[in-house]
Amino acid sequence: MPVNPGSTTGLLLRDSHLSVMRRVIGALLLREMLTRYGRNNIGFLWLFVEPTIFVAIVVIVRSFVKSVGVTLSIPVVAFALTGWISMLLWRNMASRCIGAHKSNMSLLYHQPVTMLDVYIARVTLEFLSITTALVVLGVVFYLAGLSPAPENMLQVFCAWMLFAWFGIALGWTIGGLSEKSTLVVIIWRPMSFVLMICSGIFYLADSLPHNIREVALWLPMLHALEFLREGWFGSLFQAHYDLFYLIICNLVLTFSGLVLVRQIGTDLADDD
Amino acid sequence: MIKLTNVCKDYPTVAGPRRILDKINLTIRPGERVGILGRNGAGKSTLIRLLSGAEPPTSGTIEREMSVSWPLAFTGGFHGSMTGADNLRFICRIYGVDFEPRLEFVKDFSELKEYLYEPIANYSSGMRARLAFAVSMTIDFDCYLIDEVMAVGDARFRERCRVELFEKRHDKAMLIVSHSHRYLKGTCHRFLLFRDGAIEEHDDFEEVYFRYKEQIGEGFKNKAEMVSAMDADSRDAPPRVLVQK
Repeated sequence: MPVNPGSTTGLLLRDSHLSVMRRVIGALLLREMLTRYGRNNIGFLWLFVEPTIFVAIVVIVRSFVKSVGVTLSIPVVAFALTGWISMLLWRNMASRCIGAHKSNMSLLYHQPVTMLDVYIARVTLEFLSITTALVVLGVVFYLAGLSPAPENMLQVFCAWMLFAWFGIALGWTIGGLSEKSTLVVIIWRPMSFVLMICSGIFYLADSLPHNIREVALWLPMLHALEFLREGWFGSLFQAHYDLFYLIICNLVLTFSGLVLVRQIGTDLADDD
Repeated sequence: MIKLTNVCKDYPTVAGPRRILDKINLTIRPGERVGILGRNGAGKSTLIRLLSGAEPPTSGTIEREMSVSWPLAFTGGFHGSMTGADNLRFICRIYGVDFEPRLEFVKDFSELKEYLYEPIANYSSGMRARLAFAVSMTIDFDCYLIDEVMAVGDARFRERCRVELFEKRHDKAMLIVSHSHRYLKGTCHRFLLFRDGAIEEHDDFEEVYFRYKEQIGEGFKNKAEMVSAMDADSRDAPPRVLVQK
């Protein structure tokens, strides 16, 4: 029988906290990838299919609108892609954080693993896969001549990072709240649907009447989306956003998210 | 050394918080084997969870100066849709150890051979238990937590488990939760008896087992009667246990 390659004693105590954390998050990430997308690649394919379907619908609707004589000045494919894919980012991050505790609870028996690691791994995987979808679809649509390349790549990058930050902070907050009460889960489903419709997938802030726009701009995702679209085709429309407001929202959500994730697991009922 | 100071653990119930552990003070020194007895719900598994770090105590402190294992042969951390090898790879990653040599060890020790490349959901419970035990043996800890040692596999497999755990790791600290005298007698240096959220420490097995039996309402008239019953029990049932003197 092969010898059991026992490692040195006290391996957990020797490593610094950060290097343990990095290692654990890496391991969780690979595990999530394997269990989420697994051996069959339907799940991963869906990441590309879902936005493409939406873009196709918007293109069809637009050609219909055009046929009745209304013309739009903006590149419709880029408009639809930025709207849907950024919505996917925050919607999926939030839905992945709901229930993350329950399905990973038993991993806490392993001392190096903390709940925060689990939540970091979940949103990181979501970020990586949706960013991949954005890059791939953006390049494909560009090469197919359907969408212009971004005018300001740096701004698109920054907007995407701000969006990701928002999604992560929102995901942790919703995920943490869902552990407090199942009511949150029940409310979040319809609420995310309403938010999705209101958050600028279907419109530009500039196309709204002034007073309605003021209300819509309470939504932080609209600010991020306007900023993103300005980076992509900003010369063709007037963007409305306030980065200061977005960053404040992100900071507040990050704080509440970290507080809530930290509380997870300390107040659970048990059958023992 | 692991040191628990004034550790309390409450769980919320409909009727308000229920105290499972009440001001526990306990020290586990390197190489010490501690047997744990107590009726169901007395807090044995709760203590294991606190020691492994799966849950924080409600109040009090736990100082760990030794590395502590996950509960031995625990299958809960496995993911059913992943293969046995993938689950092992995950464990190796989080503990930062090399995977390849451990795969060889697990393949051989668990006797799962090529089944290691099948999703765990397809395993029988015996196969899962063998895998879990083998995986538990791939990481070297200072202190092992053993919650209800199971009897898995055939006599030969159990003998190999015994050698791996109690002979090769004779110098490690262990906490062994069990209801059976055959697991505990002669294995542990001292014993903890859980009662109403508190623990009584004992050095003598016959004493602690007598009190335990009394507690669960299967008491003996005196110790001599208990010892003869234990001997008869050991004679009648062939040693189907992992741990034996």
